[in-house]
Amino acid sequence: MSYTIEGETGPWELVIGLEVHAQVTSQAKLFSGAATEFGAEPNAQVSFIDAGFPGMLPVINRECVAQAVRTGLGLKAQVNLWSRFDRKNYFYADLPQGYQISQYQHPVIGQGEIEIELADGTTKMVGITRLHLEQDAGKSLHDQHPSKSYIDLNRSGVALMEIVSEPDMRSPEEAGAYLTKLRQILRYLGTCDGNMEQGSLRADVNVSVRKAGEGFRTRCEVKNVNSIRFVMQAVEAEARRQIEVWESGGVVEQETRLFDTTRGVTRSMRSKEDAHDYRYFPDPDLPPLVLEQTWVDELEAALPELPDARRARYVGEFGLTPYDAHVLTLEKETAAFYEAVAKGRDPKMAANWVTGDFFAGLNRTGHSIGDSPVSAGNLGSLLDLIKDGTLSGKLAKEVLEAMFETGKPPSAIVEERGLKQVTDTGAIEAVIDDVMARNADKVAEFRSGKEKLFGFFVGQTMKAMQGKGNPALVNDLLKQKLAG
Amino acid sequence: MTAPTDFTLAGARAALARREISAAELTRAHLAAIEALNPRLNAYISATPELALAQAEAADAALARGEGRALTGIPLAIKDLFCTAGTRTTAGSRILGNFVPPYESTVSGNLLRDGAVFLGKANLDEFAMGSSNTTSAFGPVENPWKREGEAETFLVPGGSSGGSAAAVAARLALGATATDTGGSIRQPAAFCGIAGIKPTYGRCSRFGIVAFASSLDQAGPVARTVEDCAILLGSMAGFDPKDSTSADIAVPDFAAACARGVKGLRIGIPREYRLDGLPAEIAALWEQGMAWLKAEGAELVEISLPHTKYALPTYYIVAPAEASSNLARYDGVRFGLRENGEDLKDLYERTRAAGFGEEVRRRILIGTYVLSAGYYDAYYLKAQQVRALIKRDFDQAWEKVDAILTPATPSAAFGRDEKQDDPVAMYLNDVFTVTANLAGIPGLAVPAGQDVKGLPLGLQVLGKPFDEETVFAVGGAIERAAGFTALPALRAAA
Repeated sequence: MSYTIEGETGPWELVIGLEVHAQVTSQAKLFSGAATEFGAEPNAQVSFIDAGFPGMLPVINRECVAQAVRTGLGLKAQVNLWSRFDRKNYFYADLPQGYQISQYQHPVIGQGEIEIELADGTTKMVGITRLHLEQDAGKSLHDQHPSKSYIDLNRSGVALMEIVSEPDMRSPEEAGAYLTKLRQILRYLGTCDGNMEQGSLRADVNVSVRKAGEGFRTRCEVKNVNSIRFVMQAVEAEARRQIEVWESGGVVEQETRLFDTTRGVTRSMRSKEDAHDYRYFPDPDLPPLVLEQTWVDELEAALPELPDARRARYVGEFGLTPYDAHVLTLEKETAAFYEAVAKGRDPKMAANWVTGDFFAGLNRTGHSIGDSPVSAGNLGSLLDLIKDGTLSGKLAKEVLEAMFETGKPPSAIVEERGLKQVTDTGAIEAVIDDVMARNADKVAEFRSGKEKLFGFFVGQTMKAMQGKGNPALVNDLLKQKLAG
Repeated sequence: MTAPTDFTLAGARAALARREISAAELTRAHLAAIEALNPRLNAYISATPELALAQAEAADAALARGEGRALTGIPLAIKDLFCTAGTRTTAGSRILGNFVPPYESTVSGNLLRDGAVFLGKANLDEFAMGSSNTTSAFGPVENPWKREGEAETFLVPGGSSGGSAAAVAARLALGATATDTGGSIRQPAAFCGIAGIKPTYGRCSRFGIVAFASSLDQAGPVARTVEDCAILLGSMAGFDPKDSTSADIAVPDFAAACARGVKGLRIGIPREYRLDGLPAEIAALWEQGMAWLKAEGAELVEISLPHTKYALPTYYIVAPAEASSNLARYDGVRFGLRENGEDLKDLYERTRAAGFGEEVRRRILIGTYVLSAGYYDAYYLKAQQVRALIKRDFDQAWEKVDAILTPATPSAAFGRDEKQDDPVAMYLNDVFTVTANLAGIPGLAVPAGQDVKGLPLGLQVLGKPFDEETVFAVGGAIERAAGFTALPALRAAA
């Protein structure tokens, strides 16, 4: 059953498309040599080019183009060997040149697609219309002075990829899944850090509603939504607003809206009549962007493994469950950590430990995988200690806890705390003999058929050994001794 | 002995090398000439005597060490469209009236690298928009030439590089930088009886030159001889990674090409340039030019450039369109003039109304219009298509000829009060020159004769892309044949 919103006149379908602005990960801006680091003092990272000084000219940054091409390849999209930069003309205080250099008619990347995963386990393809490179504008600060606005041009000229989807999504969940997946791919590729709080990734959400079987109705664009949760909320809020307009006999006007995150509603930003006439024309300062196929091929050959391929490999080669494979590939860092743990070891065991006790430990101690006190190498060593019988599973959990607290390798913790498992059969036999002597009545009961008492003897033996007895040996020896 | 201001650039260079004159003497002579004549001619917006003398002293020291370069100690005027680090750069506009760039344009930087002395910043039409140097916010420039018997009539020097051309003609500089978007080097050179070349688009870097129309703008020199232009261009030109439209092509020895001669060259005579109503003396000069070249062993070939008649309207769509966008940055926010307002929009309106003159506003309006939704296809896109055809006309011509000879302008210099009330009549000044900008090819104006009133007239040589050498060869031949020795009424050491 597809997603609908129930109105007074019955169910409404949603039609959603996203335009995502992703800041290109690069040392320098798109057309100037200025740095791009986040959080610098205002106007500390501005060249005369970014500030639109007289006589300044743009020169394309090759690495930014490479990042766009890598992204296009990651989206299985067409790479256009010939593309062009256009000027989008409008006046604003934080747009120093009076135009934004963008790719209007001829984007560097054409059609592609993304497979999204939904909560019910199904997948869906969402089409990518295009990806183009453009400059970011600066930032106007209106809250620094009672009557003046301040301008910070650090962002001015920073390279953005605008990634436009087809109107293929039909629910808030799909929109959220699309943005999640896109972000994941960008982060795997290293072409955008995906940091939505810092504004490295922002989405314009196009929403319309319709009755089943209809063509598209008028859409509205909700600008600059800066989290996946807000995208999902904005879709629903805007859809409900439009349904109300249609059902009260009104007409939805094409317009640009903003999402009020505190009130959970969208409000009008500017109507179609106020829309700028951007007077696009080819930027005469920049020749067409012509790429060599061999260069594109080199970039493609050097692409990292992407989440879909990696997930398939984890299921196919490692025998992981699709769920575990999904969890382990969500973040590039997690997958890398897992692979380091699994290398030369049982991949399923590694998956269980990473997704189980290790994740729990991170949660408990408030760490992320990037600053985990337990390194992949140390977690691997812990698995080795289980494998060679030094530690029981139970002891290993204790050791891992200590590793989270101290950051030490497991061998050091085993040594310090004397946690080494006892595999000396003589020592285990001595303990078993003592337990049986102290519980002669239970031994008799067992021997007369009350076999479920076996667990009692295991427990008593392990208790006496402070949990350090090798469980398999304890079992074997108990069976022998109890058998008489 | 030659007055220091009467040297050609090549002659001064030789005299400096022989230590017959010092760079300081040469510079002082020019500064004195500026002091004497600039109040009348208004060829310079800003003279920079202290800087010039310091540069001249450094030049003398370099010459003494035997480290002279191509232009060591040569005093030049710099069109006030080239950003000069630490020296006010106005573009002839109120909106940049107090703008002091912290950076140097590549072209002026190349000249400094080669030892040139900068006397000051030359006047120009505001943002290089004009053909008479009457649109400058710093007042019009007077042409140092006078019609016979009309000593008081104020003639224009042409534009937009009117200050550069007037300064060189009146001997207030040995040469000058200029820029040419539709004829702004060649028309003022012709009006002032000097030579000037607009090189191939991409030959000189546009970095640091205040932009008018990016796809058409090109820097070039004006000087009193073809060879002097060649020497200057040799220093100005060269690949610049800071300009994406700069051509990564080696700079040949332009000066050596001037004496090559024209023997065996095929010279195209475009029939479409025989305009209805072309003044007889212009037509006669053109015929004379053909005869000179033929006499020197060139072959004359009648050619057709069928889209010529669309060139001017095409230019007056493309250039304003680009200008309307290029001039958007003059908004009062970051530099230059600011007129505060009620809000941001009001600030823009007040600043730009106060900062831009009438002609600049006219072109911004035209450009904004032709790029607007609903008009783009009919104007801008169509103009780009026609531009491609104009370029193709030339490409086809190069299959038959090595260079093309045309008049430089449809008239001699006109009076300040003539043609001023009709912008379209003013735009017709560029009729012979705009095609080279639209096609991106080199064009040289060379003084070749005088009209009945004694005013200079020029011929234009057009060449293949990046074949300035042939253009200089043909220009040199015309110069020698013409033996143009007339002098302007207003000049230093006169």
